[in-house]
Amino acid sequence: MSRRIHLMLVLIGLVVAWEGLFLYAGEEALRGPLETLQDTAKLLTTTLFWMHFGETARAFALALALAVCGGISLGTWLGFHRLSSELFVPMLIGFASVPKVVLYPLVLLAFGLGFPAKVAFGAMFGIPPIALSTIGAVANIRPVLIKLGRVLGLNAISMARVVLIPAVLPEIMTGLRLGFSVTLIGTILGEMFAARRGLGYLLMTAIGLHDVTLIMSLAFVLTSLAVSASAVLLSVDRRLRQKF
Amino acid sequence: MLADAATPLVTLRGITRVFPPIAGGGQPIHALGPLDLDLRTGEFFAVVGPSGCGKSTLFELIAGLQQANDGTIAFEGKPITGKVPDGIGVVFQEDSCLPWRTVRGNIALGLRKSGLSRAEQETRIEHVLVLMNLVEFASHYPAQLSGGMRQRVCIARTLVMEPRLILLDEPFAALDQQTRLLMGEEVLRVWRSTSATVFLITHALDEAAMLSDRIAVMSARPGRILDIVETAWPRERDSRILEDERFGAISARLWRLLRDETIKAADAH
Repeated sequence: MSRRIHLMLVLIGLVVAWEGLFLYAGEEALRGPLETLQDTAKLLTTTLFWMHFGETARAFALALALAVCGGISLGTWLGFHRLSSELFVPMLIGFASVPKVVLYPLVLLAFGLGFPAKVAFGAMFGIPPIALSTIGAVANIRPVLIKLGRVLGLNAISMARVVLIPAVLPEIMTGLRLGFSVTLIGTILGEMFAARRGLGYLLMTAIGLHDVTLIMSLAFVLTSLAVSASAVLLSVDRRLRQKF
Repeated sequence: MLADAATPLVTLRGITRVFPPIAGGGQPIHALGPLDLDLRTGEFFAVVGPSGCGKSTLFELIAGLQQANDGTIAFEGKPITGKVPDGIGVVFQEDSCLPWRTVRGNIALGLRKSGLSRAEQETRIEHVLVLMNLVEFASHYPAQLSGGMRQRVCIARTLVMEPRLILLDEPFAALDQQTRLLMGEEVLRVWRSTSATVFLITHALDEAAMLSDRIAVMSARPGRILDIVETAWPRERDSRILEDERFGAISARLWRLLRDETIKAADAH
């Protein structure tokens, strides 16, 4: 209950700060909260928006699928295979800390301009956090639980279902939450350069034309989507951890 | 009680366990044996020994979790080969409750392979819940229970399989002394109410002296059996035998056997 009140206070504070900033900076720089809401509502009725939205949604969904599958399989392999992990984990950590924008030209060279490049770029953002959390989760499985599985006579499939997957799930979930947001960043970022479609491209055009209304509406849409997705994942994460 | 005491439940002959050297050099570690041992049907058998003497290795060999380099182990006449045999229940030193399952869910795990009908499974689960005083905690999660209670859940999960041999690897090591004595009583009660044979690994001499019919004393590594002490306690017994004068004599004898080995083991570390 009190958490809900806190959240309301934070939201009200943000809106007030936004309005204050608007009054200070003026029409040239941004729009107020109420106007942005109206502009967004208008934007959502245009087919142009939905065309770009669809493009981004498809690219993001594919990038996220790649990041989740790739991250979890990479993490599982490195988590269980000692030698590979000694070799590759430092590289993975290094890669995670590289500002990936500097690699975007290479991605473009490898995948060409357009859809595949931004999917690959999004996945590049998402794989490291998901893989690293999976490695941690696998390493944290208590050996006694695996012994227990053997004592109970579980075969490989039951061992995974009864012991391993439930043991790693909460920690992987945390990585997925992080992976989700950075994959979205990667996809949008990928669209901002060398793309002809997508919300990132639309945003870039708006910046070029100094179309503050469009910039604000797009920022509002993207923020709302990211925040609500993050909230959903966080609550799943919490529920998974609750019991332990 | 010991109807077929003539044929041992478990026989170990010439058991030797050598661990390969750790990668990057070093020598192979001769952990255990050669070692001969018979467990009689229905007895409460304990093993004590200095730390690092191969007690847990012996435990895992009988549980089928490890394989000996040499020698044979048989349970009910059938050799144990790298697989946990039916009829053997295992309780580990560490808490092995699955934290995402309730007490009832954890206990039910023991029956996954039983092939019993749902109704029969329920009956057995209810029975062990009562036996281990867990009825009111059936829908709790392990995190909501104390260490002693969690270990009780692990014992219940083993009992629900109705094993003929129960292996306990220092199951009370993490508990405080008072709880340990009471848990010991509880294990005695369970042992009496089932016809199972109990094999207990422990480092607590008093625990071994209080609970067991026979106690094997192991040497420092490589672990061999130095002697087997018979307690001759009545089957009906509880922690009050601590007051018995023979209890002191047994504990003293165990310590006399163990003292030099413990010094040896400590020097080796």
